[in-house]
Amino acid sequence: MNKITNNKAWFLVLPVFFIVAISAIIPLMTVVNYSVQDIFDPQTRFFVGTEWFEQVLGDSRLHDALIRQIIYTLSVLFIEIPLGIAVALTLPRKGWGVSASMVLLALPLLIPWNVVGTIWQIFGRADIGLGGYLINLMGIDYNYAQNPMDAWLTVLVMDVWHWTSLIVLLCYAGLRSIPDAYYQAAKIDGASRWAVFRFIQLPKMQSVLVIGVLLRFMDSFMIYTEPFVLTGGGPGNATTFLSQFLTRMAVGQFDLGPAAAFSLVYFLIILLVCWVFYTVVMNAGKQGEQ
Amino acid sequence: MTLTLENITKTVGGETHIDDVSMTLEPGSFNVLLGRTLAGKTTLMRIMAGLEPPTKGRILVDNADVTGMAVQKRNVAMVYQQFINYPSMTVFDNIASPLKLQRVDKAEIEKRVRSTAELMHIEHLLDRLPQELSGGQQQRTAMARAMVKDCKLLLLDEPLVNLDYKLREELREEIPNLLAERDTIVVYATTEPMEALLLGGKCAVMHEGRMTQFGPTTQVYHNPASVETGLIFSDPPINLVEAEVRDGAIFMKSGHQVPLSGHLANLGNGQYTLGIRANHLSVDPTGDDTVAMQGQVELAEITGSETFVHVHFNDVSWVIQEEGVHNPRLGEATQFYVDPTRLFAFDANGALVAAPPVEITNGKAA
Repeated sequence: MNKITNNKAWFLVLPVFFIVAISAIIPLMTVVNYSVQDIFDPQTRFFVGTEWFEQVLGDSRLHDALIRQIIYTLSVLFIEIPLGIAVALTLPRKGWGVSASMVLLALPLLIPWNVVGTIWQIFGRADIGLGGYLINLMGIDYNYAQNPMDAWLTVLVMDVWHWTSLIVLLCYAGLRSIPDAYYQAAKIDGASRWAVFRFIQLPKMQSVLVIGVLLRFMDSFMIYTEPFVLTGGGPGNATTFLSQFLTRMAVGQFDLGPAAAFSLVYFLIILLVCWVFYTVVMNAGKQGEQ
Repeated sequence: MTLTLENITKTVGGETHIDDVSMTLEPGSFNVLLGRTLAGKTTLMRIMAGLEPPTKGRILVDNADVTGMAVQKRNVAMVYQQFINYPSMTVFDNIASPLKLQRVDKAEIEKRVRSTAELMHIEHLLDRLPQELSGGQQQRTAMARAMVKDCKLLLLDEPLVNLDYKLREELREEIPNLLAERDTIVVYATTEPMEALLLGGKCAVMHEGRMTQFGPTTQVYHNPASVETGLIFSDPPINLVEAEVRDGAIFMKSGHQVPLSGHLANLGNGQYTLGIRANHLSVDPTGDDTVAMQGQVELAEITGSETFVHVHFNDVSWVIQEEGVHNPRLGEATQFYVDPTRLFAFDANGALVAAPPVEITNGKAA
């Protein structure tokens, strides 16, 4: 049988092609272009091969930022995922409480990133901020502008406050989709609360949790605005994460070559981790099936 | 054990879901709960299981009151319309789960899981996860899980509804045999009259939270105690027409006349509702006594081996069940015949006063 070809279909692909080209492919190619050349002005450019990559990968400040970033992202995931699940489990299943808690939970998600930074900047101050004032009142010497640990923790708490709701909402949606009959069946079996969670709720939330972990990983790995507003990356380098580092390099020092090389490395790290995570989780599911 | 429900009533938010139901289920009996959707079948089963307490009334097991007893202590099992299995456990672990919770020892679990799986024909699937099974296999797993623990009360809540036709027939034939050897009380909820008849046993007909009749299934089918029961326990619902008995004959509101003879001979003068099942109407006269009627064809449903012709006459809508495939033109006038020996008569309150005698053909009751 002859294949039916319909060339008109190509016109339908064109808009997507243009949008992807302008929003992703062309900028990415520009970055690749920068990363392998030393550019003085549009007429004076030299091909430098992998020199920028070597320089960037050997930079100890970048290593520090990377380690800081990894610890931060892991902390975010280890706090937000269990906390999100726990909150989702305690939410009401019906009644007026449902909409009330939905609205409350959605509020942090609706606030722009830089406003979140500003809110916490004021909230954490010891002189005019409620949070900072109360902590100091308890006898803890807390000052995020001077103490690196305080600053790091403040950024972390801010992220937890800002994004745990997302995990809660995802998990809650997953929980709501479990038919009541599952719980009844477990009740008839005499299964414990833990068994219900372990063998019914957790497996049924698996797919939303994968999405939740991926989103939180990517977002926290790329975090920029909030620490930029809150601490500006300081004190010292305590809250200088990868994106701050990159911005400083590209916009502050105008080292476009190394910045481009680093951008690509940054991009590949995120891509690689997401791919590995996704593959492992999906394979784990499949292995269990066989 | 014997399970007795005494005047069970359940109201939720002012709405009555179960209205004064009393029944006694014998040990080892197979009981069908027949009723339309929202008739209260599931609620009644949940009350029997102990998942919900009744608002009023008592539940007795062997004359001991268990009304407030928690479901875990009652030794019941339930199979649902949805295929409920633990998603992350293999079929083996799924079937074993109730035994593990009862702390049965390992070798015994192994033995009982394998024998139950064999009974349900899923012994080759024990290492799989539920999501890798077909709907029928998933439901077999769920049933195996319910049967493995030797419960005293097994509740099956429309277990075959979500299966396709073939699988449904297959399991429907197996179920009564699977359970025949046990002293478990089985309660099986369904909306389909034909399923109730095929399953046999005893049948309780539910309507809007009330139990309209409870007795051996074929007997309920042949002698529906009320108009409601007749409507529920017929597919398509029994055809009804208002009628009056006077001057030694029955005058239907539609203008037709039936002689007062046979099982109808003893009807006194007054208002009645006559009922006749769709399979007792035909387009060809079947005997000398048949009464010819005229109606307009509204709709014809062809099921393959049968055609359901919906006819309309004098404000009454009836359904005729015909053998074979017919294609009557819609809106066309058609002639059909009523066999008066197959008429049910209900009095003004809707209670049965005369039912056609049961005739046995080819070993099967018609």
